[in-house]
Amino acid sequence: MIKKFKPAIAAAAVSLAMLSQMAVAAEEQFFPMIDYRVGPYGSNGQSFYGGFIDYLNYVNIKEKGVNGVQMTYEECETEYNTSKGVECYERLKSKAAKSAGPIHTMSTGISYALIDKSAQDKLPLAMMGYGRTDAVDGSVFPYAFPLVTTYQMQASAIIKFLKDKNGGSLAGKKIVYLYHDSAYGKEAIIAMNAEAGLNKFTVVQIPVAHPGNEQGAQWLKIRQERPDYVVFWGWGVMNQTALKAAQKVGFPRDKMIGSWWTGSEEDVIPAGEAAKGYMAATWNVAGKQVPVITDIEKVVYGAGKGNMEDKSKIGTILYNRGVSAAVLSVEAIRKGQEKFGKGKALNGEQTRWALENLNITDARLKAIGATDLLPEIKTSCANHEGSGKVKIQQWDGAKWVPVSGWIEGNKSLIHPLFQASAKQYAAEKGITPRDCSKEK
Amino acid sequence: MLYREAGQFKTTYAADQQVFPIRQDRIGVIALLVVAFVGVPLFASEYWFSAILIPFLIFALAALGLNVLTGYAGQLSLGSAAFMAVGAYAAYNFQLRVEGIPILVSFICAGLTAAGVGILFGLPSLRIKGFYLAVATLAAQFFIVWCLTKFPWLSNNSSSGVISTQRLIIFGYELTTPVEKYLLVLSIVVVLAMAAKNLVRSATGRAWMAVRDMDVAASVIGIKLMPTKLLAFAVSSFYCGVAGALYAFCYLGSVEPDGFSLDMSFKILFMIIIGGVGSIMGSFLGAAFILLLPIFLDVALPFVAELFGLPFSSATVSHIQITVFGALIMFFLIVEPHGLARLWQIAKEKLRLWPFPH
Repeated sequence: MIKKFKPAIAAAAVSLAMLSQMAVAAEEQFFPMIDYRVGPYGSNGQSFYGGFIDYLNYVNIKEKGVNGVQMTYEECETEYNTSKGVECYERLKSKAAKSAGPIHTMSTGISYALIDKSAQDKLPLAMMGYGRTDAVDGSVFPYAFPLVTTYQMQASAIIKFLKDKNGGSLAGKKIVYLYHDSAYGKEAIIAMNAEAGLNKFTVVQIPVAHPGNEQGAQWLKIRQERPDYVVFWGWGVMNQTALKAAQKVGFPRDKMIGSWWTGSEEDVIPAGEAAKGYMAATWNVAGKQVPVITDIEKVVYGAGKGNMEDKSKIGTILYNRGVSAAVLSVEAIRKGQEKFGKGKALNGEQTRWALENLNITDARLKAIGATDLLPEIKTSCANHEGSGKVKIQQWDGAKWVPVSGWIEGNKSLIHPLFQASAKQYAAEKGITPRDCSKEK
Repeated sequence: MLYREAGQFKTTYAADQQVFPIRQDRIGVIALLVVAFVGVPLFASEYWFSAILIPFLIFALAALGLNVLTGYAGQLSLGSAAFMAVGAYAAYNFQLRVEGIPILVSFICAGLTAAGVGILFGLPSLRIKGFYLAVATLAAQFFIVWCLTKFPWLSNNSSSGVISTQRLIIFGYELTTPVEKYLLVLSIVVVLAMAAKNLVRSATGRAWMAVRDMDVAASVIGIKLMPTKLLAFAVSSFYCGVAGALYAFCYLGSVEPDGFSLDMSFKILFMIIIGGVGSIMGSFLGAAFILLLPIFLDVALPFVAELFGLPFSSATVSHIQITVFGALIMFFLIVEPHGLARLWQIAKEKLRLWPFPH
């Protein structure tokens, strides 16, 4: 009897061995990349996702992946279009069932559309510096992570920076909030108003309609109002237009502070001389002085696996932002592997846990060569933001120079706003919030 | 051979006036509905529902709305996306502010609200025509989007202006899966498409077509221009409004005013141009062409590239996709300026004679 089955058993054993070998070889961490490289914001996407992919390849080449798990990805082009983004998400979803890194869409519209879906499919959605900001409250939004910082905290940090500049008080000052009239521009209004009440300055809101390539009326108004500062929430072509218009009406550029979407090289270089002295907030620094950036250029581009077609963009704000996003994502994978088994790929649920338990200290950032690239981050169930810090940088005519340390927004003022908004969302959608004290 | 109507005699007026007078058409339509309602849910994957079928049906409905206005009544409009936005925001507000209103009722109310707004923006059509009217409807496109951004009440004071739609509950049953949403959208689209098909065969539809072909002549034969044109605007906006509500509730789940951009209006206009102006079926064919072809190219091109060993990056693929898509649009318009629906009609005529063409 046994004799008869021997070949079969042997064959089964061999195929089993092969299978297990395949399983070892196939240990890969998959990143669904819902990205854009063409369309109106294509050049932004190229830098951001170029940086992101370069860092993944860097980890693959330099340390053979995270504990041997290779980082893989598949791109899907959205053109910054919400319905295309949803289509891409649905397409990549099945591939992400086994192993999934955080999804970065770099689009507020797509993030909003994916919030419910990703929670249903148990896939973690990262929205670094955009998106639904009240997802800071992880008890209502378990799968959404507005990591590092949010528009509201940024506005608060900018006010703090101005306050420190004015000897600790902004009482009686007038600040114009000039914004892109869209979801993005409007999100910070609530924070500006709250800060105005607290610090006794007045805010004048001036919206600019999309795309914002004509701002004559707005700057005329600014000239009439004679504000002490202009806080500027622009996007795309609106940024250079504002800088040129400010020059025209003679408003000093060093009294203008922009958000992080107004502070890339693409925004200031077209404005030429007019941009000199202009300041903007950012949650990651530009430049190649960061060790990991130069190392990526050496290792990844040296091996001919670089993703950027235009190598001159390496080290720009957006490229470094992509690298920062990838650093956080890979660190989350590392953290997850510590809990769920080293050398194993994480599924969406496990990655979610890791993102919620991130603790990236300056020492850790230094160890991976990302010294001062981005602020320290410690997330929890109640705080999916993890940092809330920005730096203020100034354009000197050729490059961005940081002019402050990491400034944290007023958390005790801003975070209750998120919780209130999240609570309303939970009520509308019939979500029972998790009890964060029971999470570990 | 298969498609031959010889021997089908109409013995009553009812038989002669039915929507599909040819038996093969009736069988075809019923087969199609059976496939759509039973076959598709059995076999399609979640990706097909949420990424392809639901948006296809919704855009087909919007294209149908525009087709009523542009194809049948001859009034060019560039504001379809704005009317969809009205529908989406109206449905959201009805759900929010009217206690216990059933979701289907709020969809209908959304349609009616959009119809009201449509009539308002249709008023210039009484004086201006053609391209000039298109510019007037362009004003609707910008005004409505501006309005939704400007007044926070409309988005329930959401700090970002983005609305997140409520749950879909019908008779106490909550629709959550893509299949259920697909069936809901499909049912609504089928009912409205049948209504449109009947409407354009009625006296109203004939009045629209008379106005389209020559409005002076139409008024001479006793058609009142004002009510006819405004009714076309109302019906068209109703369809767009319902499509917008479905777009928000069954497809994306959250929408912002900027999402309903001029680009989307153009997309809907291209759907009817490609599909066939003045054809119910054309709206569906056009929506399928405009929505599905890019996805197909997106999936197919990397394969082709790999087959020939071409080093395409994902950006290149996107660029090629846009180029190929544009070229195909031109090709179809040159080959058949009356749209895909006309191609289908020609095919039917050929089939009647097949296999013995004379």
